[in-house]
Amino acid sequence: MHHWHKVNRDMTTGTATTRVIGWIAILTTAWVVVSAFFLTPADVIQGDSVRIMYVHVPTAWIAYLAFVITAVASGCSLVRKHRTLGFDRVAGASAEVGVLFMAMTLITGSLWGRLTWGTFWQWDPRLTTTLFLFVTYVGYLAIRRVDVDPVRRARRSAVIALLAVLEIPLVHFSVVLWRSLHQEASVLNTDGDVRLDGLMLFTLFSGVVAFTLMFVWLVMHRQRLTALSDVERVVGLDASIAARRAEHAGGVRAT
Amino acid sequence: MNMVLTIARKDLTIEWRTRTLLARILPFALLVLVLFAVALDSEPLILRAAAGLVWLAMLFATMIMVQRSFDVEIVDSALDALLGFVSSPSKVFFGKALSLFVQLFALAVVLVCASVVLYGARVEGSGVVLLVTVLVTATLGLALVGTLYGVVVANMNGRDSLLPLLALPVLAPLLIGAARATEAAFGSDTIDVANGWAWAAILVVYAVVFGSAGAVAFAPLAQGES
Repeated sequence: MHHWHKVNRDMTTGTATTRVIGWIAILTTAWVVVSAFFLTPADVIQGDSVRIMYVHVPTAWIAYLAFVITAVASGCSLVRKHRTLGFDRVAGASAEVGVLFMAMTLITGSLWGRLTWGTFWQWDPRLTTTLFLFVTYVGYLAIRRVDVDPVRRARRSAVIALLAVLEIPLVHFSVVLWRSLHQEASVLNTDGDVRLDGLMLFTLFSGVVAFTLMFVWLVMHRQRLTALSDVERVVGLDASIAARRAEHAGGVRAT
Repeated sequence: MNMVLTIARKDLTIEWRTRTLLARILPFALLVLVLFAVALDSEPLILRAAAGLVWLAMLFATMIMVQRSFDVEIVDSALDALLGFVSSPSKVFFGKALSLFVQLFALAVVLVCASVVLYGARVEGSGVVLLVTVLVTATLGLALVGTLYGVVVANMNGRDSLLPLLALPVLAPLLIGAARATEAAFGSDTIDVANGWAWAAILVVYAVVFGSAGAVAFAPLAQGES
């Protein structure tokens, strides 16, 4: 056996902290599922479709939180002299989970839209900006996947993440102005008309907590996994060089 | 400033000697305009869409030209050598962007003329001034953003697909602004010339923002790139 296999088996991405967070996330999610489906009432206007809200709103919130964290971590990675790779891994992990949650936001949103507005998609400023945000971070992840050494990956992806921060307000502003010249998306106003009673609000809040815990859990594991695969690159390379040397030494002796 | 002009002249000389723009990119962009017309298959619809189609063709052409602009730099680590010659990496950024701007502007003029011939677009009176302003500001934005993301993907495997994925979402505000302002200059029912000027102002802001961002970001991106 090569010795880097042993290294990987001994290292795990789980710790006592992640296990506690993981369990609380599972319990909160279970409560949200029960409450969203069975305890909370249906909406007067929207009926049962309002239950999508308990997933849609928290995922949207997490996606935006994730991209803020990516931006802040990228800034830290670029400015600081030490632990730049650590910040870079958090930025990457956060963006990855953010893209996942934003995809869920877009999917649940369009399903909800189909039920309440009768259409999957509206070219409304908020939706359009979200879609561009999604594509931007898909591109960010694509760049991260290009195989280079971690230091260069960190610098390059940090710059791209900060450019995305610059881009999003411009996209939003121009989309708002673009739509204001066309017809108003009046159907959207029903969005604010959902009447939330105490339990509905509490369930929505629990959903936000559950998804936030899930996000933290995923990011912690993901960034440790990146750290391990970075280590594996180095250790694996050293080990294969050592193996080739040993092979070569053995071959020399034989002749 | 002198160095910026020298670098721009270098790129334009390469272009002049190889004639990539004339021989490949211009025919490609015109072909895109023709294909749009064929796909839409309705003269009122084509006229209504003319401004947007011109700028979509410009976006596609920019993607190809940016790659071309950096392909010549990664051979023999030319970009590293170039960075060694200048006092500040931002001069390389502005030099390459300037060369790209000159070429894209020429292309934009041809495409607008083509839209007049092929799509029946009309430019009259105050529309002419607006149109020229939009061509300058939007092309400037294209050149700056193109150069910035060009250096990001320079020397990367699969850069031909990575560049559009990264740069096109960033160019979305420019596409919206340039298309609307050009539509106003073409004399549309849905947008008047005053609104067109508002969009032209946004294009200026866009170019300034990405010009400054590029000047700052070019150094960390370019160093050790090749």
